[in-house]
Amino acid sequence: MTPTASADAMPSLKDDSMLRQKELIGSYYKRLADAPKTNTKTVATFVPGNLTELISCFGTVPILPEINALQSGMRKLSGNYIAEAERQGHSEDVCTYVKCDIGMSEAGNIGPTGEKLPNPDLLLLSYTGCFTFMKWFELLRERYGCPSTMLHVPYQGRGEITPEMKRYVVEQLERVVIPDLEKLSGARFDIDLLREKLALSAKAEDDLVYVWESAKNRPSPIDGYFGGVYYIGPIFTAFRGSQEGCDYYAMLRREIEERVREKRGPMTPEGEMTTEKFRLVVEGPPNWTSFREFWKMFTDEGAVVVASTYTKVGGLYDRGFRHDPKDPLGSLAEYCMGCYTNLSLPERVKFIAKYVEDYQADGFLINSVKSCASFSAGQLPILREVERLTGRTGGFIESDLVDPRYFSAANIKNRIESYLQMVEQKRTACVNVAGVGA
Amino acid sequence: MTRTTDDIVAECETLYYDVDFAPARNWKAEAAGRKVVGFLPVFAPREVVHAAGAFPLGVIGAGDWLEVIRGDAYYQSYLCHIPRSVVELAVSGHMDFVDGMLFPSTCDVIRNLSGVWQMLRPETFVRYVDVPQNFDLEIGGRFWEGELRTLARDLSGLTGVEVTDARLAESIRLYDENRRAVDDLYALRRDEPAKAPTSEVYLVLRAGNVLHVETHTKLCREYIAAAKVSVRPKLDSSRVVVVGAFCEQPPLGLIKTIERSGCSVVDDDFILVSRWYTKPVGSEGGGFQALARAFVRNSIPTATMYSFRAGRGQAVIERVRAARADGVIFAAPSFCTPALLDQPMLTDALDKAGIPYTAFKYAENTGQFQPIREQTGTFADSMKLWSVA
Ligand code: SF4
Ligand code: SF4
Repeated sequence: MTPTASADAMPSLKDDSMLRQKELIGSYYKRLADAPKTNTKTVATFVPGNLTELISCFGTVPILPEINALQSGMRKLSGNYIAEAERQGHSEDVCTYVKCDIGMSEAGNIGPTGEKLPNPDLLLLSYTGCFTFMKWFELLRERYGCPSTMLHVPYQGRGEITPEMKRYVVEQLERVVIPDLEKLSGARFDIDLLREKLALSAKAEDDLVYVWESAKNRPSPIDGYFGGVYYIGPIFTAFRGSQEGCDYYAMLRREIEERVREKRGPMTPEGEMTTEKFRLVVEGPPNWTSFREFWKMFTDEGAVVVASTYTKVGGLYDRGFRHDPKDPLGSLAEYCMGCYTNLSLPERVKFIAKYVEDYQADGFLINSVKSCASFSAGQLPILREVERLTGRTGGFIESDLVDPRYFSAANIKNRIESYLQMVEQKRTACVNVAGVGA
Repeated sequence: MTRTTDDIVAECETLYYDVDFAPARNWKAEAAGRKVVGFLPVFAPREVVHAAGAFPLGVIGAGDWLEVIRGDAYYQSYLCHIPRSVVELAVSGHMDFVDGMLFPSTCDVIRNLSGVWQMLRPETFVRYVDVPQNFDLEIGGRFWEGELRTLARDLSGLTGVEVTDARLAESIRLYDENRRAVDDLYALRRDEPAKAPTSEVYLVLRAGNVLHVETHTKLCREYIAAAKVSVRPKLDSSRVVVVGAFCEQPPLGLIKTIERSGCSVVDDDFILVSRWYTKPVGSEGGGFQALARAFVRNSIPTATMYSFRAGRGQAVIERVRAARADGVIFAAPSFCTPALLDQPMLTDALDKAGIPYTAFKYAENTGQFQPIREQTGTFADSMKLWSVA
């Protein structure tokens, strides 16, 4: 998984923040494409548990293969890339992000701006919340012949981060990750620079949390899933810990504050949503190959996603976590361990149920993607458990991230429509019961 | 009375099909307060469970002999089969006597199954066993030692038996002995596959999941002795290493099919927990430290463990050479992320080394063996042709 899309898919949007988001993502890809010319070292890493502030302390720039894959999905290139990887012997049963990345590399690694992306100089394997990450970078290491660094992030199997877990991650940062980044860049680690960056991160995180929580209003001024993947673009990629990132989130916040004041609904590719009929919580990643079509299935029905779990894979800021300049390595460790897919299933259940209550959702829907066992294994029991806890109707649809063969539009549309009918029936029944009772 | 290989294999086969885990169930019923702690593949610190006075019970799915009805309601079709059969065992009462479960960090499916189990059986003791992927003794080793100590303390809370140094040292000794017996079993099969075919060795090996460690060690020794003196026709098979079947297990029928098609399996990665360390663990410096040291230094290379150097395929090449094998059969469970993502790295290495291979996928309840028989039969024939050429 990994969210973040550039604003290209929302051509009708004119908000300043959207334009700024597009510029930021474009500038990131430009910087990446220019890395060989500017003699900038590149560090491939994953979004969950990414160490952006630390990477940038060394003047190196991250490559995010999941984001490249989803961009390829949105640009309808992923189907061919996946086919190429499967021709080379990669199984049809494994995560399509991996195959999309390998196919893209075979096709010359052309990024979303049309420029060639450089090969990584280091693979920084932030092993957070997904087993596939490990094999993915082992595969890339064979392909690129570059060194790899493992940061093993323990799973919150007991629903908590223990001091021992934190110490283990911090020790790896101190004794493995930082020395490897020093070696790669030739620069000395400067902890004060890291503190400065973390302070900027925390500020941007405050503003992002405001944006998420604005969806508690009626109507919700944002879509916290489809729209949400645009909001997280900068903070989940190269802009956490930067002034540009901070400015972007301040700008976004101002816009959303205005929408709240004016009681306006969220922007969508079809324009502003004026009637909010259903408020939903969504669990699981979106489909990227038919992203707009998928979103439209919701907006056509007047359904707005008020909160989503997917937009939390790169950090659970709305549960109170902030990067902390006073405890730089410790807070990076906690950040890594706190990403959504690093939570135990019972914790995920509580998390979703709380969203349903806090955001006064009418129901919750799981989009189960074939690629991602990290998300999908256990989603059926999650569905039943959240239904039990909240009394709200749960729905279940299936698709994939970037493999167009697994997005069956008619089927998914049907399911969404029937699901929303069920939600409506339940709502009406509840109102009737309440009416009788009164 | 001395038993023949047939007698021993018949006993193991009964254990193989026993979805009620009679030995562990009976042991528990014999005295009040006894506890049984199950574990999933591919690895669990059985020594610690044993030292805490519990029965370590390997749970490895229900193969093709338990119809999965309710388990399918827990898992989508695009996930492997083992979690649904484990859930089936749980919800249909076959594991009602199990007091605790350990879920190792094998992959995301088993990781998430730990949560499903917590929701399914909230009254049971459940621990996620997060093995280190950092192999520096001072970092990953220390973390793992801490995890083992915590697990020991928690297990003691369950059983009422303290994991003392002496108890742990004794448990390690018993498991070291068991691993030696399993190594000898594998060596016999490698050297004389006609006398110890994999369809038998597998059953003997697998019995280790459900028997007491000492009982299993004796069983291995007994089988080795009986196999050595058995008189069996010589084989004209190709020698193969089977790779990828380390978690969800192929049905016994599939293993027999591979053999009948003309392949002698001379190495494999079935039930890895029984051969996890390449050297005896010992208890130098104390049991916890010895277990941690063994884990970071002497774990066998497998797809679920990070390889901190490039060249993942080298280990397979070495296994092929050590087993004097002619080729490799990649047999992976459908939708098995670790096995299937590993495979391209291994096949690349085999291509470069000129070692032939073939690949197929299975599920633990696969019932159609004919296509596999044709595939591995053709593979065996082609290897013979190459070796003649
Ligand atoms: S398995 Fe899931 S979390 Fe892992 S890389 Fe694939 S989509 Fe991302
Ligand atoms: S068969 Fe593979 S994917 Fe399934 S639980 Fe086992 S290791 Fe995980």
